[in-house]
Amino acid sequence: MEPVMSTPDPQQLVPTAGQTIGPFYGFALPYERGHELVPPGTPGAVRLHGTVLDGAGVPVPDAMLEIRQADPSGNVPAVEGSLRRDGTVFTGWGRCAVDPGGRYSFTTVEPGATDEGSAPFFAVTVFARGLLNRLFTRAYLPGEERLEGDRLLSGLEPERRGTLVASREDDGSLRFDVRLQGEGETVFLAFPRHGR
Amino acid sequence: MDTQAAISGEIDGIHRDSDVEETQPRLDFAPYRSSVLRHPTKDLHHADPEGVELVAPVFGHSDVDPLEADLTLQPGGEPIGERIRVVGRVLDGDGRPVRGQLVEVWQANAAGRYIHKRDQHHAPLDPHFTGVGRCLTGDDGSYSFTTIKPGPYPWRNHENAWRPAHIHFSLFGSEFTQRMVTQMYFPGDPLFPLDPILQAVTQQSARDRLVARYDHEVSEHEWLLGLRWDIVLTGTHATWMEPSDGAGDEHA
Repeated sequence: MEPVMSTPDPQQLVPTAGQTIGPFYGFALPYERGHELVPPGTPGAVRLHGTVLDGAGVPVPDAMLEIRQADPSGNVPAVEGSLRRDGTVFTGWGRCAVDPGGRYSFTTVEPGATDEGSAPFFAVTVFARGLLNRLFTRAYLPGEERLEGDRLLSGLEPERRGTLVASREDDGSLRFDVRLQGEGETVFLAFPRHGR
Repeated sequence: MDTQAAISGEIDGIHRDSDVEETQPRLDFAPYRSSVLRHPTKDLHHADPEGVELVAPVFGHSDVDPLEADLTLQPGGEPIGERIRVVGRVLDGDGRPVRGQLVEVWQANAAGRYIHKRDQHHAPLDPHFTGVGRCLTGDDGSYSFTTIKPGPYPWRNHENAWRPAHIHFSLFGSEFTQRMVTQMYFPGDPLFPLDPILQAVTQQSARDRLVARYDHEVSEHEWLLGLRWDIVLTGTHATWMEPSDGAGDEHA
């Protein structure tokens, strides 16, 4: 590893560059029940689903999403068991590759807020062929009073806020589409220390 | 289809306008044709991580079998190819080891063919190789995979386009914000300058960090060749204070 001479703190290393997930992760990363954070039929279970779209509005058939979330009371689980789900442990993490129509679907529970004054959300990571690095975003729960005062949402142009709020479907499920580019482009996030 | 010369010309033009502070790939990198409609056009929104974003998922021994780190262990026989071991450490942006965390890898076989059903490359499948592995890092952040060297393979980005041999890596840190997926390359590959995916990382120093080095200490007598590749994730936030004098701007 090359020494980082230009930074004042010698402990700070330059992050390794990301690269696209490519087209051929399908035999490697998705796994059985990866998208089922709780077993279907669990009391309080909800479906979080949507479509990943490109700049022409065409579904992206080779994208993968991961979500990280709190439990309904706002606690963030830090327990193993995501890769071999036994149906008894809520790990708060899941992975779903989209289908040929660009659609994904998680079965989970609605997260509670982790901080007083902030609105509850799913943290979302998006990967795809053609996407050179992962993207971070958030899917907020709809109909929450706390959306108004949320720190992140209130810092966005009003017309873009909606891209981060899931919608409630007639069947009670949550719909959250990801638009990589163009009209209604989803707000994607950079965190401090991410470099560029 | 575009020629390699046309693609290389585009790459050169973008590199001339890049700057040394760029350590991550451009999302908007037209020489990689699939990126044209799949990159955000608006700047990423700078946000402070909150709550769940500060806690990575946890994986443990109930999730990963140690045997999954040896991709050459296959029922019925051994894969064809140059047997290698890839070792290294996963560190965070402050140089601290990432302990007990999941590392996932996937790759083509020695002929440059993936078992994925959408891979139509006219090269043989290997009945004894799936090209998928997992492990958990040790207390020092170390990982180790035994596998065979993947072959380069053609793709349809442009006329006579070939990907340099690579292994895909999927990584987690201690925070959700550190999630990353990347590719490890092999030293001395003549395809590097021709490849728009690697060249989307515009700085030579940053590209060099994606290339493993040969490590004779890892090689084993009459058995395999060793490669070493360390991975640095982004910095964590839990105990990090933004520098007040602006010295940290380059990391923002």
